[in-house]
Amino acid sequence: MVLAAGARYVEGVSTAVIKTEGLTKRFPRVTALDQLTVEVRPGVVGLVGANGAGKSTLIKILLGLAPATSGRGEVLGLDIATQGSEIRERVGYMPEHDCLPPDVSATEFVVHMARMAGLPATAARERTADTLRHVGLYEERYRPMGGYSTGMKQRVKLAQALVHDPKLVLLDEPTNGLDPAGRDEMLGLIRRVHTDFGISVLVTTHLLGELERTCDHLVVIDGGKLLRSSSTASFTEATAVLAVEVTDLPGDTVADPGAAVRERLAAAGLGVQSEGPHLLLVRLAGEDTYDTIRDTVAELGLGLVRLEQRRHRVAELFTDAQDAQDAQDAQNTQDDEGGTDDAAAS
Amino acid sequence: MPQPPDARPADTGVIHDIGYRGYTGPRLGRAYAARSLFTQSLRAAYGLGRSGKSKVLPMLVLGAVTVPAVIFVAIAVALHRDELPVEYAGYLSNLGLVISIFLASQAPVLLSRDLRYHTVPLYFSRPITRTDYVRAKFAAMACAQLLLMVAPLLVLYAGALLGGMDFAHNTGQFLYGLAAAVLYALVPTSVALVIAASTPRRGFGVAAIMGYLAVSSTVAAIAVGLSSPGTGGSDATQWTALISPNGLVEALVNEAFDLGAGFDRRHAPGGLGLVVFALVAALMVAGSYRLLLRRYRNV
Repeated sequence: MVLAAGARYVEGVSTAVIKTEGLTKRFPRVTALDQLTVEVRPGVVGLVGANGAGKSTLIKILLGLAPATSGRGEVLGLDIATQGSEIRERVGYMPEHDCLPPDVSATEFVVHMARMAGLPATAARERTADTLRHVGLYEERYRPMGGYSTGMKQRVKLAQALVHDPKLVLLDEPTNGLDPAGRDEMLGLIRRVHTDFGISVLVTTHLLGELERTCDHLVVIDGGKLLRSSSTASFTEATAVLAVEVTDLPGDTVADPGAAVRERLAAAGLGVQSEGPHLLLVRLAGEDTYDTIRDTVAELGLGLVRLEQRRHRVAELFTDAQDAQDAQDAQNTQDDEGGTDDAAAS
Repeated sequence: MPQPPDARPADTGVIHDIGYRGYTGPRLGRAYAARSLFTQSLRAAYGLGRSGKSKVLPMLVLGAVTVPAVIFVAIAVALHRDELPVEYAGYLSNLGLVISIFLASQAPVLLSRDLRYHTVPLYFSRPITRTDYVRAKFAAMACAQLLLMVAPLLVLYAGALLGGMDFAHNTGQFLYGLAAAVLYALVPTSVALVIAASTPRRGFGVAAIMGYLAVSSTVAAIAVGLSSPGTGGSDATQWTALISPNGLVEALVNEAFDLGAGFDRRHAPGGLGLVVFALVAALMVAGSYRLLLRRYRNV
């Protein structure tokens, strides 16, 4: 899934949908964005950051709604400082908060929002019917929205962002308040917005797990600064490790079997780290790694209890970033000790 | 677009793929979007495009201001009078309370609701600017008020002409009435909009607007009524009309077009009064507009 997503993401071929250069936004008391330089290409791009990392501020600035303190930016090749109206005509926005008047039907509301985006009345009606069907709202679209479930409301919010067939949609926390099933459906929909509708997506969240499955590319910001911007695949693939669990040597419970395996694997040029007397983490270098492990364990006459891929989660990114220094230190220590590699450091 | 029943999946939660069609038609831009907001707001003021319940009050008020006009015309025609029993402008000030009720109930519909349900930031994610939003809402509320007042004036005018009354006199008076309607649609409305924009709670908005309009006109009316009746020496009390948007317009119109009669006639005192009243009216509208712009600058 992630591999396929990565393949669809055409890197370096098409032009950037969002481009910022040294974008800074200072409020009297806080700096929301600090020298943010980032380039977002067509595809589904996740904007990741903890609450207060500057995600919403960035979206506001990208829509031309708030001026940046310094720096510049472009959305779809339009300048955010001077061409706000043009940008907002071609971009859809799904806000994080509730924004639906309860005494109006979904149809009525989305038609109105389509006209607010510049669509003539007839086109607005046609596009509304189409879009609401695409997000999965049927008969209930004629009922007042006050009676909708959270899932239905999220669908209407997505529909109003898509109704004018934008080139790019900015989705602010689209899975907020949804149950696991609703969350999966919403993520599937977001994926479809790009693959089937051909609309680029910038989706923000503080829940990292769900973005791995949906996004081609992740932009991580923290404290208004760019932490990392790279393909989702590179976030997860690079840190893929194998967990290897072995049994004791038959009739010899004193010796440390893990250490023996570790020595041999390290000699074979693999990055290995001990997790316990019987458990090892081996960095996955390629298909050969499996063979090497199997052969090594067999040669030592040990039993192989477990051999599984342990994919690192993007969620570990923040801890990694915070512990980057510690990890570096730890790695240096290990290097001194015996040339082993810290598999977790990325 | 209705679908044949068999095209629908049994589980409506499933999204079925019928293919996405892009939009290649015209995009009419910011001015069109602002006009759309104006139209939608004007309709909303009369409950159109909203639930059935929200149509009740606007339609009742529309009836309440129009039915008396029909009755006046009927009486005048039945009694073969050569003049309507009311002045056009005077008719509006007599119905001031009903018109205030409409304003107090519908101004929060246009502004407080958008704030309460956080629709405002969504609008600003569309091509329109904050200024466009304020202008569209202001114009919509003013037009809703104007429509409400022009309807009975038209009934009176049409009735008068059909009843064979003097054309020139009625046309002149009708135009005075229209001028009064425009002022009523601008001055009290602008103040009401500022109040409505200050609260996301519709109920507070309604109460605050009604309270302000009713209390200020009552105070002004009592002050005028307390002054010695029938004399010209009570001009000083006429200045109290300045605190009431409705009283201000009534006094201004009466003095400018030499309308009204009776001991409690409200009028701007003299030439200076006329100038001051006109200035205050203009200031109320312009000041309110500026306040509204400032209110939405940081939403």
